[in-house]
Amino acid sequence: MNEVGNISINVQGGGSSAGARAALSGVAEVGMLSRDLHGDEKTLIPTIIAYDAIALIVHPSNPCDNLDIVEIKSIFAEEITSWSEVGGKARKIHVVAREEGSGTRSAFDEIIMGITEVTPGAIVQDSNGAVREIVAGDPSAIGYLSLGLVDKRVKAIAVQSVLPSIDTVANNTYKLVRPMILATREGPGREVMDFISFCLGEWAQAILAREGLVPVTSVAPGGPPEPGHRDPEPAHGNPGLEHGSLKPGHDGLEPGPDN
Amino acid sequence: MRRGETLVQWSLAIVALSAIAVLALIIIFIFKEGSPIIARLGMVQFITGTKWSPTRGMFGILPMIVGSVWVTLGALLIGVPIGLATAIFLAEMAPSGTSQILKSAIQLLAGIPSVVFGFIGLVILVPLIRQWLGGPGFSVLAAGIVLGIMILPTIVSVCYDVLKAVPQAYREGMLALGATRWQTIKMVVLPAARPGIIAAVILGMGRAVGETMAVIMVAGNATRIPVSPLEPVRTLTSNIALEMGYAVGEHREALFATGIVLFIIIALLNTLARLVARVEKV
Amino acid sequence: MTDRRVTLLFASITGLTVIILVVIIGYVMVNGLPGLTLPFLLESPREMGRTGGVFPAIVGTVLLTGIALIIAAPVGILTAVYLTEYTRDTWLPKIVRFGTESLAGIPSIIFGLFGFLFFVIYLDLGWSVLSGALTLSAMILPTIVRTSEEAIRAVPDAYREVSLALGSTRWQTVTSVVLPSAKPGIMTGVMLAIGRAIGETAAVIFTAGSSLRLPRTLLDSTRTLPVHFYILAREGISLENAYSTAAVLILLILAINIAAYTIMDRLAKKES
Repeated sequence: MNEVGNISINVQGGGSSAGARAALSGVAEVGMLSRDLHGDEKTLIPTIIAYDAIALIVHPSNPCDNLDIVEIKSIFAEEITSWSEVGGKARKIHVVAREEGSGTRSAFDEIIMGITEVTPGAIVQDSNGAVREIVAGDPSAIGYLSLGLVDKRVKAIAVQSVLPSIDTVANNTYKLVRPMILATREGPGREVMDFISFCLGEWAQAILAREGLVPVTSVAPGGPPEPGHRDPEPAHGNPGLEHGSLKPGHDGLEPGPDN
Repeated sequence: MRRGETLVQWSLAIVALSAIAVLALIIIFIFKEGSPIIARLGMVQFITGTKWSPTRGMFGILPMIVGSVWVTLGALLIGVPIGLATAIFLAEMAPSGTSQILKSAIQLLAGIPSVVFGFIGLVILVPLIRQWLGGPGFSVLAAGIVLGIMILPTIVSVCYDVLKAVPQAYREGMLALGATRWQTIKMVVLPAARPGIIAAVILGMGRAVGETMAVIMVAGNATRIPVSPLEPVRTLTSNIALEMGYAVGEHREALFATGIVLFIIIALLNTLARLVARVEKV
Repeated sequence: MTDRRVTLLFASITGLTVIILVVIIGYVMVNGLPGLTLPFLLESPREMGRTGGVFPAIVGTVLLTGIALIIAAPVGILTAVYLTEYTRDTWLPKIVRFGTESLAGIPSIIFGLFGFLFFVIYLDLGWSVLSGALTLSAMILPTIVRTSEEAIRAVPDAYREVSLALGSTRWQTVTSVVLPSAKPGIMTGVMLAIGRAIGETAAVIFTAGSSLRLPRTLLDSTRTLPVHFYILAREGISLENAYSTAAVLILLILAINIAAYTIMDRLAKKES
């Protein structure tokens, strides 16, 4: 529970699909998603409050600092297996992925993998932090996580020659981006409208920026970045930085670490 | 007076039934949640399928079953010889003062939470394996060693008690015949203690199969059947804990179904232990 | 092999066992004790535990374990009384014993799944202190039953006979003679159960959740020490705080186990 003016807000956990379902069925006033609306969810009204970039990370000692989307896809599909094939040392690549069901995983799969599968040989971790720890310790590893959680023990690499940053997300040049959405039913009440305008307001946007997200207000006019939706499968994302919010009982309004 | 006693007896009986009630609730709730997907796919399909890709609707848990078997075998391979040798030393060879102290120390260590074992594995073992043996370090080997160490205290205490229960007369008879102490242990004590030692092994096996957090930390959790001990692996338990956070719909059902398979495996192990115990009594 | 060589070999293996276990504890202590200060114990965590202390996790651990015990101890001890004092060889005690033994073998992750389905969702208690405590109480019940049963069986029959001969009912005999004599043994079992409950992670994370706030009611989510440690260590939030949390946890469990075994030892000495 968090007091904003006189409105008290109760945050429930669950993935993006759970958020959309709750908003559709009226269980909740607002559903939070970290992906676009699919299928019958499109009857909801989406409000994008921020964007999140997914950064590809490697060990700082790894000379590789740029990959194009096809290379990333081949690495995660285990078609490219040595760093020497993409400008690194002759070392076997250790692929680190997120678990199925996580929002980061489904966004990554949608934007990069399309219908290709991530190799079952990939190491799987259930948090951004755990992925970062592995990559920080293994010179042969590659993984991905929310931009806000990148720290100096790992190196974020450029995708299609563009490094992830607030600016490159804002000017639509960085490709691995997902929207953070508040979804409501038709004719929201005054409190809901207040809440949404609060989220879009200066103060809330500053908080989102501090959490490592890209405030929607800073994105260039001409529409949001268009991630390639090649995968028709519905994705189960999750609202907000999943770090702080949705593991069982994590309190939705507490900030994630590293932000 | 008499009526009061009957009342007490029945009240106690009702309280005593709570254990079986809990067991029944566990079975009902987990089966209710997980069985629909098993019914849809078929149990055979579910446990022999090699592909686990829930968001694409593929639910095969053979890699996790094989993973649990490999990791548990690894744990036994490490925990049983070391644990049994330690128990033999403490029960049969060491002076009783030393043996008492060491045994209590080992017993105390049985209380270390499994997450601590997993963490030590993560910060010490995984980098060592990566550096010296190759691969990502997160592996069958790492999980096997961590679990092997984790079950050590259990194996030592149970084997120690079993060895101590072998009647002294057996040993004296052998020694009187001129056998050395090692011959006595090998030919009389160990055979006499065999059913108890097997029970200890099964107990350790149950603990290793059921451990979750320590394994998630060091096993790497890949969904492919490992062909070498240096490859990452996912067990049944880690499959559940790893993906429970965001799973919805069929995916969630499949995780509870994984729980059902785990439950059945544990039930089989328990039955086996009970059978061994019965053989021991005969 | 000669006796000497065998003894040497087995002594070295024993040494190895002890060294492994001492190294694990030592490693945690060396890294964790420097950060283990009074403020660490008494302050709330800040930035998800990167800085600050572990006070809410200590409160969460104590609450969960305490409530689990309040539920499981009476049920477990009375079950043991029933099994030892009130039954002949009928089907009922056989079922009870089967239930307890089966429960003892169930992995904690299954208890976690069950607690999540039953307490968190079905009874709608949410991720809460209560859900976690109820789940833990089911998990430690078999330990309490088994150790209490052993302790009660160890009470000499003569005690009971004297009491019954003096005209006491069976229940009076149980409360005034049997349970007091079995108390140290029962206490040992209870302490071992506490040790197990304190160190549990898998069953707790799915039922009590992992909120870092100080729980205000029994229906608030909370985070226990092992869960806090697991999250800090695994997600690399703060290794220093992870080590210190582990040190608190290990010291707590060692203290409880030492107390348990001391009671047991004193008991064994009294008997012999």
